[in-house]
Amino acid sequence: MAKFILSRFLQAIPTLFVIATLTFFMTRLAPGGPFDSEKAIPQEIKDKLEAHFGLDLPLHKQYLLYLKNLLQGDLGPSFKYMGWDVSELIATAFPVSAQLGLCSLFIALLLGLPTGIIAALRKNTAYDYLFMSIAMLGICLPTFVLGPLLILIFSSFLGWLPPLGWYSMTDMFLPSLTLGLFYAAYIARLTRAGMLDTLNQDYVRTARAKGASPMRVVTRHALKGGLLPVVTFLGPAFAGLISGSFIIESIFFIPGLGRFFVTAAFNRDYTMVLGTVLFYACLIIFLNLMVDIIQASLDPKSRSK
Amino acid sequence: MSIETAKAKNLLGQNPEGSSLWGDAWIRLRANRLATASLFFFIFVSIVTILGPEMISTSYEEQDLNNAFAPPSLTHFFGTDNLGRDLLARVLHGGRISLAVGFLATAVSLFIGVSYGMASGYLGGKIDALMMRVVDILYSLPFTIFVILLMVLFGRNFILLFIAIGAVEWLTMARITRGQTLSLKQAEFIEAARALGFPDSRILIRHILPNLLGPVIVYATLTVPAVMLLEAVLSFLGLGVQAPMSSWGSLIKEGSEKMDIAPWLILFPGLFFSFTLLALNFLGDGLRDALDPKSAKD
Amino acid sequence: MKLLEIKNLSTHFHVRTGTVRAVDGVSFSIEQGEIVGVVGESGSGKSVTCHSMLGLLPQPPAKIENGSIHFKGEDLIHLPKDELRRLRGQSISMIFQDPMSCLNPYLTILDQVSEPLLIHEDISKEKAEGKAIEMMKKVGIRDAEKRAHSYPHEFSGGMRQRVMIAMALVTSPNLLLADEPTTALDVTVQAKILGILKSLKDDLNLSVLFVTHDLGVVAEIADRIVVMYRGKIVEEGTVSEIFNNPKHPYVKGLLACRPSLDCKYQTLPTVDDFLESIEKPDGSFEIKERTTANEYLESLLEQSSSDLKSSIEPKQTLLRINDLKVHFTTKRSLFQKQGETIKAIDGIDLKILRGQTLGLVGESGCGKTTTGRAILQLIRPTKGTVEYGGQELSKLSSTDLIPFRKRMQIIFQDPYASLNPRLTIEQALTEPMRVHQIGTNDNNRRDMVVSLLEEVGLSSVHLRRYPHEFSGGQRQRVCVARALAVEPEFIVCDECVSAMDVSVQAQVLNLLRELQEKRQLTYLFISHDLSVVKFISDEVAVMKAGKIIESGKSDALYSNPKDKYTQELIESIPSPEKVIA
Repeated sequence: MAKFILSRFLQAIPTLFVIATLTFFMTRLAPGGPFDSEKAIPQEIKDKLEAHFGLDLPLHKQYLLYLKNLLQGDLGPSFKYMGWDVSELIATAFPVSAQLGLCSLFIALLLGLPTGIIAALRKNTAYDYLFMSIAMLGICLPTFVLGPLLILIFSSFLGWLPPLGWYSMTDMFLPSLTLGLFYAAYIARLTRAGMLDTLNQDYVRTARAKGASPMRVVTRHALKGGLLPVVTFLGPAFAGLISGSFIIESIFFIPGLGRFFVTAAFNRDYTMVLGTVLFYACLIIFLNLMVDIIQASLDPKSRSK
Repeated sequence: MSIETAKAKNLLGQNPEGSSLWGDAWIRLRANRLATASLFFFIFVSIVTILGPEMISTSYEEQDLNNAFAPPSLTHFFGTDNLGRDLLARVLHGGRISLAVGFLATAVSLFIGVSYGMASGYLGGKIDALMMRVVDILYSLPFTIFVILLMVLFGRNFILLFIAIGAVEWLTMARITRGQTLSLKQAEFIEAARALGFPDSRILIRHILPNLLGPVIVYATLTVPAVMLLEAVLSFLGLGVQAPMSSWGSLIKEGSEKMDIAPWLILFPGLFFSFTLLALNFLGDGLRDALDPKSAKD
Repeated sequence: MKLLEIKNLSTHFHVRTGTVRAVDGVSFSIEQGEIVGVVGESGSGKSVTCHSMLGLLPQPPAKIENGSIHFKGEDLIHLPKDELRRLRGQSISMIFQDPMSCLNPYLTILDQVSEPLLIHEDISKEKAEGKAIEMMKKVGIRDAEKRAHSYPHEFSGGMRQRVMIAMALVTSPNLLLADEPTTALDVTVQAKILGILKSLKDDLNLSVLFVTHDLGVVAEIADRIVVMYRGKIVEEGTVSEIFNNPKHPYVKGLLACRPSLDCKYQTLPTVDDFLESIEKPDGSFEIKERTTANEYLESLLEQSSSDLKSSIEPKQTLLRINDLKVHFTTKRSLFQKQGETIKAIDGIDLKILRGQTLGLVGESGCGKTTTGRAILQLIRPTKGTVEYGGQELSKLSSTDLIPFRKRMQIIFQDPYASLNPRLTIEQALTEPMRVHQIGTNDNNRRDMVVSLLEEVGLSSVHLRRYPHEFSGGQRQRVCVARALAVEPEFIVCDECVSAMDVSVQAQVLNLLRELQEKRQLTYLFISHDLSVVKFISDEVAVMKAGKIIESGKSDALYSNPKDKYTQELIESIPSPEKVIA
């Protein structure tokens, strides 16, 4: 077990290296630079700024310098937010995104699991069709359509919830709902498929032959196998919730990491872009590892060996 | 089971020509009303977006500032936008772009994914392990972010757009194809083919490929809407096609900004987009059921 | 009063292509303490009858149309769902065919065996577990206390079936429904399970409804036999009544067509020789007896006694295997440090003479299938030599093997899995010809295919059909034709009749024999079924754990087995002859 985790950590190193290299050269080879856009800056000040951040060095030296700093855990200073380090910026923005992500995941599970289970148990009934049609709609309604729609309904017409910002608990509701609904729909579909698959297994028939009540058949015999695909999905889902939240963050004006990243990319804030990409990659690798461990521990076959 | 034999008998009695699995699947698909309706809807949308822009008199870029924000009427069925451009023309033209991106990017991912997955699965052993390691590493890249980065850094380029999206989507396709190839490789009919001395190329193309097409087609059908969604996300961030060109994503973005004064601007592109995605997803689901008789709803 | 009484039960399946009368007016009963065997081939409705009793059928498409099932005076069909559920697992228990998939992989054995008690009785968890362990000991699970906390995958197939039995009987039910409980097991394990069931029946005063396709098994265990055919009961009686004096033509055919150890035929009779069944428009069948059946049987006997198949001419060796070894290394898994080495074949020597059949028997996992694959170089041997017609094969490259691919062929167990579902029969059969440049052009090849199809008992009507449109027996004929398409001299038959009903099995065995004589074929016949191997083989080799433990002339080996394992194998074969005698 410890060996497995260690080997995954070792595997992560080349992955992160590839990502760092790829992103580094992608940003540098692209046209434009961090200090190009503001035309007002006089040439000499621009030169000074570039010298300050080491942008006047040859590319390979910049690259090596960046790697050296990276090895020491230093993501460098931001080019745009003067006086801020990238790691500081991530540390302020990530909790917001994480909070949004967790709330959305909670909503997604709360809505997705029961509907999926009910749809599977009432297969081919009105419930099934209704739930699954709504779920399909949820998958097909992009967040940037749903977001404005929800704002229109809850803020503009009903006036119940604030449309923008990130200050109080009520602010969190609309963005989390918007983001969570898509994943709720996905989880509902996965749950239904997984449950149907398990309910058709012979061992569920055995449980029924034992005289187990329908409730017991589901909770004790079908649920564990039926929810495995959902567990597998949770890793990518959470990663997607956090890294894919920039749309929501820009619709609702939330100061999360996604917005920082998109802004940084537009501004050619090289260090910020690199730092965010590496941070996301670490997060995804970590989440995938967690899912693998949970999955293996749920399966007695891999546990006993 | 006796049902199977009854079915076989029935088929034998009625159908001297024999019916292939594809034929059977088609019959099952036709029996699924939702999937059939989706198929027709999708064909309808394709025809309308391909031929439509040529048929209507107004062009998608023609401005009429006196007639800005006109609500839907007989002259402008879908109304006009802030520059007085006809929304119907823009929606149809946008659909063309969205569908083109969807299909081209899916084709790219299909081509890379299927060849890579088949090679990996069939060769097996160390090569397979290495090839899959590469896929694993690529999987842990935050790809949506890479696509955004690519679009931001290198400008909005139509070709780059679908290459970038296609390059993201091929990973899952490769995994599915490899899984299928691995299990097919174990199948007795492949072993029979090897025992008959068929060359590897023949086994791959004539025996493995046709049998893994089912899941691949299903996944491709589901990839098209996923790609269209990604394109829309990019357009929404202002990274998609450039005005005056339009895609559904860019139209929705414009619409969402003017939502309070001209709700039709988000309504029509939103409807077209969502219904097309809905149709493609239902079609994909229907195909999955039709191609896999075991999972079919009795 | 009878414990169980079924009257005029009809269960139909309503599917898109029409109605299938799976069970069509079935009546029989079971007394307290009696074992009733229900025998029938696949699709005869025996399992559906069983499932109808407990309300375990998928509804729809299944529907009980008619009839009654009285258990201790209560009608199970019209019982409210909740009350029926209370009977299930308490008064009526059930065990199924595949003990692997029937146990929940996520729960411990103890959890599963004690569950019926917890559901049906007001009992503490400790007490229930104590009872469960006691029951597990009764069905012969050693170290029950320790092993109770393991998961199903840590048990062998036979042990899992014991767990199933323990689980079914832990509540001391009155009636046990056993649906093909030994079909997936090896014959030695099957003998043990049958023994356990018999002894428990006496201990617990249990009644058993034993559903099986195997006449031998039912003769061993049942007091009374019910024979089903196409949803109907065609005959009912005690074991000796059925076996000594069958009345219905179907039962006569069924008894005649199974190759038993003392089989006197060279060509097996088939069920079709005894009866003709005509489908009526409403989906039911009319069965007509053939009057010529007895004459035909006699003619077969005469032919067999005059036919001295193994003629005296000197035979040359076609295939010689020396010290063959095949080892596999399992993959490392998440929690496992290293892969294990599995010795699938561990040093075997074999010799097959031209024009003869070598039968290779053994239980599951003994390496017999790997042997077949290794001979054809589908799996490359780890060590040892395979000499075919004087040429060493294991060192040849795959290109150099191509001429040998034409000379050696293989037929698999599952004909459906061994045909490409996307090719028509014509395509499947012409393809090997094209690859090996047999025939001059497509028309010529098609003519050859038609004559091949006729040779295996099919016709040109079938050319355009796809594999899924055939029945199991027909598909295996197609596989035989495909193997013959390259005009081979040696064929490996890998369990090629094992998944078939006895009546179909007889037809395919006859076909194989006929082709051997006509084309001078050499067979390696791999099977777990000793009776079938005896029928078809000249020489027999017995395999166990990757080694050959005994081999010799077929008749000699069966009449006088030297090795203890061989003796056990032969004794374990369930046979009505032993019971009746």
